[in-house]
Amino acid sequence: MRAVSLSPAICIQDLVSGFETDIVIDHLSLTVQRGEIIGLVGASGSGKTVLLRTMLGLLPKMSGSIEVLGENLASASREEARAVGARCGTMFQQGALFSSLNVRENIEYPMREYLDGSDRLFREIALAKLQMVGLDSADAEKFPAELSGGMTKRVALARALALDPELIFLDEPTSGLDPIAAGAFDALIRALHQTLNLTVFMITHDLNTLNSVCKRVAALYEGRIIADGSMATMQASEHPWVQAYFCGERGHSILSSLQDS
Amino acid sequence: MPDSEPRLDRSSSDGAARFTLTGDWVARHARALERLAGTVPTGAPRVTIDVSRIGHLDTFGAWSVETLCQSARAAGIDPQVTGTARQNAAVLAQMHKTALRPPSAKATHRDTLAILEATGRSVFEAGADLLALLSLSGRVFSSFGLALKSPATLKTKSMIHHIDQVGVRAVPIVGLMTLLIGCIIAQQGFFHFAKFGATDYVVDLVAVLVLREIGVLLVTIMVAGRSGSAYAAEIGSMKMQEEIDALRTMGLDPVDVLILPRVLALVIALPMLTFVGVIAALYGAGLVAWIYGDVSPASYLAQLRDAVTYTDFEVGIIKAPVMALVIGIVACREGLRVEGSAAALGRRTTASVVKSIFLVIVLDGIFAILFSTLGM
Ligand SMILES: Nc1ncnc2c1ncn2[C@@H]1O[C@H](COP(=O)(O)OP(=O)(O)O)[C@@H](O)[C@H]1O
Ligand SMILES: [Mg+2]
Repeated sequence: MRAVSLSPAICIQDLVSGFETDIVIDHLSLTVQRGEIIGLVGASGSGKTVLLRTMLGLLPKMSGSIEVLGENLASASREEARAVGARCGTMFQQGALFSSLNVRENIEYPMREYLDGSDRLFREIALAKLQMVGLDSADAEKFPAELSGGMTKRVALARALALDPELIFLDEPTSGLDPIAAGAFDALIRALHQTLNLTVFMITHDLNTLNSVCKRVAALYEGRIIADGSMATMQASEHPWVQAYFCGERGHSILSSLQDS
Repeated sequence: MPDSEPRLDRSSSDGAARFTLTGDWVARHARALERLAGTVPTGAPRVTIDVSRIGHLDTFGAWSVETLCQSARAAGIDPQVTGTARQNAAVLAQMHKTALRPPSAKATHRDTLAILEATGRSVFEAGADLLALLSLSGRVFSSFGLALKSPATLKTKSMIHHIDQVGVRAVPIVGLMTLLIGCIIAQQGFFHFAKFGATDYVVDLVAVLVLREIGVLLVTIMVAGRSGSAYAAEIGSMKMQEEIDALRTMGLDPVDVLILPRVLALVIALPMLTFVGVIAALYGAGLVAWIYGDVSPASYLAQLRDAVTYTDFEVGIIKAPVMALVIGIVACREGLRVEGSAAALGRRTTASVVKSIFLVIVLDGIFAILFSTLGM
């Protein structure tokens, strides 16, 4: 019953971005449709985070255009940008939890900013989100400084999901998690994608995640997307870096074992 | 865009109540959802909640449906959810799994006893604070002793960097402020002493005041605000990022690496800044004397020479390194106490400035007693 005639979730055209000293993203184009889960891969330092930050408007772009949920953030008014903000959730690489608020307050924060409701509603939804990401309500009153790395990631995800966004950006959600937790995280993203019909833009290095969650993978190399498609397309790619990434020793063993089972 | 208001229509058929939910049950209608979630069926043993005609449903909507069920159960009525669309099943199931009972908030008592307790605690904390300061001073001194024995271990580069930051870069503002204060004291002196025909003593007043007290005190307070806060914030944010722990695991002592160079830099820079400040204040006073008090520069200098002795200068400047030590150690200690949150960093930075200014003024009083006992 969801409206279908929608603009793409993300539409990037000819984007150039970077810093005074060096251009990191070089004439990159990428379109993500609604409901897709796309995984972005690239070497460390290849500019994945820079691309994400430019998409979110945290880093000024040098040229090109970016539309997020049909809104051009560079030319949007404050009101429009705020409206888009309520429809996107972002999970930063380091969590970026507010250190002076406890876990529950962190998750409640976007709700309090954007929604009209009572304290009880916000508290219960926050606790529900916390349980959705696999944490206990006993952790709700802890402060970010008291959390482990994996817990921080989960709380950051819960906060990104606080407003039931249409689009969610994840920067290396499973890095630094043990394989079991990472697997649970993958299952969680899949379930959320189903229940909330999320569009997910995920930066990840985790081949398991790519294989089990992402219907589509894009590879970033020297500032451009050099390969874009399903895992099969990736493996069939001629590009030496993509070859090394997906058909290297680690890639191969994981992928073949997954195909066997 | 999910935009139609959520609605709940009641109907009843053969003894069972029926709630038909329509519209979009999503976050943006939170207030309306909450109102609807409070609906309790009455006078029927069973209630059917029909969700088949819901447009969009998210966790907020699912929360409302779950709350409806719970309040029905609480009223002894058996709820049944029907018509769940495939895409909504998971979120409803998820919400059903989630225990919606919030943890009970801890009650906070605020009675007289609690106030007494808080007072007692803060007294003890003040004592512990002083001890901790002394202990850190001891560690700084022992680190200094080691550095004297083997000068190669002293972080000279870092020290010079900090002398530049807290000393050289502070010269313009310190000079300007003390110049203005010199002007003001002289102007007030001429204005009020004129009533007694005592304007001859204005230069004495300015010179003694500036050399012995105002010069060093003013500069110290400015440095506490300017550099003490910077030290506390730097070390505090390093503590938050686990940089201090990283140093420790490398077998390095943060006192040697971070604190000693900073404290030494202050101890070296503050007397120099005091000197600059005193000269600027005397210069300002001279300007006012010339323009406002009709005392020519030559006679101002001559009066100045008669008014002050070398002792006056000594009394002022001797205090400077001691004050610097206090500012440096208080600031570094507050920085090391930062824990966890950004708010803690702010609190510690504030505390470093407040405490060091307080201690500096107390110390100044002690020095005053000491010098008068010594006849200086
Ligand atoms: N604030 C910054 N200033 C200058 N260069 C930066 C900054 N942040 C990142 N870079 C550079 O941009 C490149 C891409 O970094 P990043 O996007 O963080 O990599 P990754 O793909 O691992 O997320 C790197 O070469 C990095 O050095
Ligand atoms: Mg990155």
